[in-house]
Amino acid sequence: MNTPTASFQPDRPKRLIMQGITKQYPGCLANDSIDIDIGVGEIHALLGENGAGKSTLMKVIYGVVKPDAGEITWEGDKIRIKDPAHARKLGIGMVFQHFSLFETLTVTENIALALGDEAKDMKALAEKIRTVSARYGMALNPERYVHSLSVGERQRVEIVRCLVQDIRLLILDEPTSVLTPQEVDTLFVTLRRLAEEGCSILFISHKLNEVKALCHRATVLRGGSVSGACLPAEEDASSMARMMVGDETPISMDYDKVQGQDIFLQIRGLSRISEDPFGVDLKNVNLDVHAGEIVGIAGVAGNGQEELLAALSGEDIIKNHDAIHFPCGPVGNLSPEKRRGKGLAFVPEERLGRGAVPDMSLKDNALLTGFLTGLIKNGMIDHESTESFAKKIIKKFKVKTPNSGTHAKSLSGGNLQKFIIGREIMQNPRLLIAAHPTWGVDIGAATAIHQALIELRDNGAAILIVSEDIDELFQISDRLCALCDGALSPIKPAPDTTVEEVGRWMAGIFDTDVCDALAPETQTVSANATAGAVHTH
Amino acid sequence: MDIDLITNILYAMIRTGTPLLIVALGEMVCEKSGVLNLGQEGMMLMGAVAGFIATWLTGNLFFGFLMAIVAGVVMSQLFAMIALGLNANQVATGLALTIFGGGLSAFIGSSFVGKPIEGLEVIAIPFLSDIPVIGKMLFAQDLVVYLSFVLFGVIFWFFRSSRTGLIVKAVGENPHAANAIGLPVMRTRYLAVGFGGAMAGLAGGYLSLAYTPLWAENMTAGRGWIALALVVFASWRTERILLGAYLFGLASILHLVAQGLGFAVSPNLLAMLPYIATVLVLVMMSRNQGRSKMYAPISLGKPFHAGA
Amino acid sequence: MFLKLVPRAEHSRKMAYLSPLLAGVLTLITGGIFFYLQGHDPLFALKTMLYTPISDTYGLAELCVKTAPILLCAIGLAIVFKAQVWNIGAEGQLLIGGLTASALAVNIIEVEAAWALPAVMLAGIAGGALWALLAAWLKTHFNANEILTTIMFNYIALNLLIFSVHGPLKDPDGYNFPESAMFGDASLLPVLVEDTRVHAGILFALLAVVVIWVLLARSFIGFQIKVLGLDASAARLAGFKDKKLVWIAMLISGGLAGLAGAGEVAGPLGQLVPQISPGYGYAAIIVAFLGRLHPIGILFASLLMALIYMGGEMAQIELNMPLAITGLFQGMLLFYLLACDVLIGYKIKFPWSGMDTVTSRVEQQ
Repeated sequence: MNTPTASFQPDRPKRLIMQGITKQYPGCLANDSIDIDIGVGEIHALLGENGAGKSTLMKVIYGVVKPDAGEITWEGDKIRIKDPAHARKLGIGMVFQHFSLFETLTVTENIALALGDEAKDMKALAEKIRTVSARYGMALNPERYVHSLSVGERQRVEIVRCLVQDIRLLILDEPTSVLTPQEVDTLFVTLRRLAEEGCSILFISHKLNEVKALCHRATVLRGGSVSGACLPAEEDASSMARMMVGDETPISMDYDKVQGQDIFLQIRGLSRISEDPFGVDLKNVNLDVHAGEIVGIAGVAGNGQEELLAALSGEDIIKNHDAIHFPCGPVGNLSPEKRRGKGLAFVPEERLGRGAVPDMSLKDNALLTGFLTGLIKNGMIDHESTESFAKKIIKKFKVKTPNSGTHAKSLSGGNLQKFIIGREIMQNPRLLIAAHPTWGVDIGAATAIHQALIELRDNGAAILIVSEDIDELFQISDRLCALCDGALSPIKPAPDTTVEEVGRWMAGIFDTDVCDALAPETQTVSANATAGAVHTH
Repeated sequence: MDIDLITNILYAMIRTGTPLLIVALGEMVCEKSGVLNLGQEGMMLMGAVAGFIATWLTGNLFFGFLMAIVAGVVMSQLFAMIALGLNANQVATGLALTIFGGGLSAFIGSSFVGKPIEGLEVIAIPFLSDIPVIGKMLFAQDLVVYLSFVLFGVIFWFFRSSRTGLIVKAVGENPHAANAIGLPVMRTRYLAVGFGGAMAGLAGGYLSLAYTPLWAENMTAGRGWIALALVVFASWRTERILLGAYLFGLASILHLVAQGLGFAVSPNLLAMLPYIATVLVLVMMSRNQGRSKMYAPISLGKPFHAGA
Repeated sequence: MFLKLVPRAEHSRKMAYLSPLLAGVLTLITGGIFFYLQGHDPLFALKTMLYTPISDTYGLAELCVKTAPILLCAIGLAIVFKAQVWNIGAEGQLLIGGLTASALAVNIIEVEAAWALPAVMLAGIAGGALWALLAAWLKTHFNANEILTTIMFNYIALNLLIFSVHGPLKDPDGYNFPESAMFGDASLLPVLVEDTRVHAGILFALLAVVVIWVLLARSFIGFQIKVLGLDASAARLAGFKDKKLVWIAMLISGGLAGLAGAGEVAGPLGQLVPQISPGYGYAAIIVAFLGRLHPIGILFASLLMALIYMGGEMAQIELNMPLAITGLFQGMLLFYLLACDVLIGYKIKFPWSGMDTVTSRVEQQ
């Protein structure tokens, strides 16, 4: 077993030293005098919650953002990184969390764009891509169009894009959040190999077990400044978690697993051909969600989640009305508004620009889905009741905001998500469907959201959660399944399955004749690399 | 129909289609970079009036065309300053450009209305222009028509195999990603808008210096708008712009065809044909969104502000 | 760029109101320089354009006459623009409204009953609304871009109008002029003030301001239209029927433009002529933006726009300027407005004001 500490040499020469990096945004000090250094061949973790300042710091390194103050020393020289092109010239490469790829171009074209003028000969470049990707175990066809690639493959394009040039520092921003556990293992093999060849790696994450398994050293950020530094191999997950969130915030909770009562949502033989050429077809999806239980659907984004959610919310009307049943009868042909009338509440993935209208006040956003609860009289808005409805949500779910007239877009992600989930829960739904409910929110808000969901479940509502975060799903779901290429895996009670099994489901390895397209590229699964994130008992 | 009529219809089709082809090519490049400039009509009018006045004053057609292009570029950079530099709504800014260009061109051209100039001459290429039917259409045209053939070829090559073309497409699809990998988003967009302005100016100059040739208020008669529709019709593909421009050229001269065939239809009704054709084409092409998705610039019309 | 834009944390309400005023001032200054370059005394020229036309009762009355159609078109545009439906076709809808109203009016010249006028007005409303609905239908059912279709419909409407005055609606006793017969008295809008041309059209326009205000500020339909415009996917998720809302918005907008057209032919004109509108429908677009899509703002902006029209005519008479100066001022005003609007979302950072703290939008997403 290749443990990180074995190869750790504290005296190795420094590749990058950053001192006193400060960056101020309107209303937020994103980086407050941050010091960090990375050695040659070192895998360095940058740990921190959402909003801790990780993204800003790494954009400073990559030249996307210019710091207000601070010094950067690169291989012994003091420099100012002017722009990404300059950073690339220095040998700095970056793999973005939201990939910076162009869907309508091929893999080769995408890589050529980043290389600058030296990439004139496209044939030679394609050959180089083939060689490099084979060498690091990341199979890639240079002629494919990016829109036809899976999320995992797209990440490979981003990594290979950095590797085809002389790479000295590779920055990866939350690279594992879009991968199946097995793909994470493959990625780690590649990264270790790179580090052994002398490349420095800055690995940005909030998943402590991954950091422990991979990284030599770690720097922890909280609220824009460094809250600690450590050798991950010598720490346990809970001590690093404390550095991340501070002493006050409760880190994690265990919730009872329960059995549901009567079936509320019944999906039978739901199939749908996507109208979008880049979309995913749903293939014979069958699922029951009982009142008083939480069902979790795992899966890597782009495997039919959007399509399934649109069919359930009523944004897409499906031809076969019987495929979706509520106790009152088939609802597949009903509009979103009618389904709301029958007890559905819905929390979409996009908070701003779907869940809430960015340029409207919280009061107006309360009305957005709350209009069936007596806020409209004779076609006119009852401004007083709307106001008090909004205030109730803000109070009950502890939404931090000056008042209900604040625009949705000026709230933080966590606060806005509390508001949206609160708005849905306050309408007393019989069925709540939530997509990625804690994506990008801080741990405090995530815990509050989880507790609200559990409370709603205990009050007898049926809840369906779609999430990419496998740890979250194990934490709050009573039963679990996974979606791959539009097909649904078997479903099992959470205690009866494992991260490895769900990981295989996510990769499409389960007994249906439709979903064998993705071949297994598995090695043995190392549990400690993939299991639980911030999860202490 | 006799051969002469067909020959003349084809000849007129190319002539009428040429300004549309030029504007539409320019606008397509602009849209490929993610910028929707609805000010084509305004830029064309400014090109037309600047070209006309310059030629009237100097008697030099070449200078006239040069000034037409300059006027188009200046107008386009006015648009770029507000829509790109100040991040204003591109739809509103484009409309403003059209209204402003219409007003300004009418104002500075008011004393030139109805004045005659010697228009651009046809240059018949020996032998080739004698080919029956297509000879006159392709080889007995003026220089700007030949130039438009070249422009078409260059832009076709530009998007098919040039690195700069790739950058323009990338910037139009995802400016944030383009910025993140170090592509010059803003510079690309300013240049693309400027190229669109040059093309619109040239097309406007063609109307006032070769096609008509005279200056009249609002003489473009919606051609800038039709060119915008052409880009949609072509789903952002160069070869289909060519096809579309000539089809519209044909629709615009149908009254000649009707006269030639001896139909008596009100000229006012026939004058509607290009506009009706535009609507029909828009309807046909927009119906299936998926088909053009591979070519449509995804970030079209969305402002981008990188700051750094 | 020598100026840097720094995004504001929240949009500035103050700037949203100040920006049109600033744009007006800049237009005045530019206009003054422009007159100076043309060899006129700038102050006198501006006074001739912007004060002389309304310095007497008759002028004020004419201001109302010109305001009515602009206001009706612009207030309708407020609704569609709120829904982010870019109806550029108010001009065509106005023309068709005038055409359909006239088509009825010339057939009931002899009728003296009280229903004649309401019928003519309704014909205009119906004509404009149907013309707009055609574009709405093409948008909702075929995804056809409404900017381009409504523009095309403007050209088609103009040609239809010209065809009509040369053909079916031409006055048989009109010495072959391209004009319709004069309408019967019962079809004409009553004059409000003796010895002026102020007619009841301005009352329709003011009524429309109140109704649209209530619709946007109080009604659930108005709320849905606003949500659709700000965030279409939120509207879809909430179950608002986007197609229906587009239809409603276009119906209102087209109907009001049609009413404006009917008001012109049955008001100051009294017959159908080829030049019903000197671009009122296009000017209304500027008015809608200038008035911040708010009914009261639009009311004031309409008055200003009407004044610019009158000022253009006055400049033609008094200063011997081409009438096109109207379009020039309109375009300038809209450009300055769009430029000033940047201050709503951004602060301007001058290069000499301290250290480089330019931020990136990318970062905030």
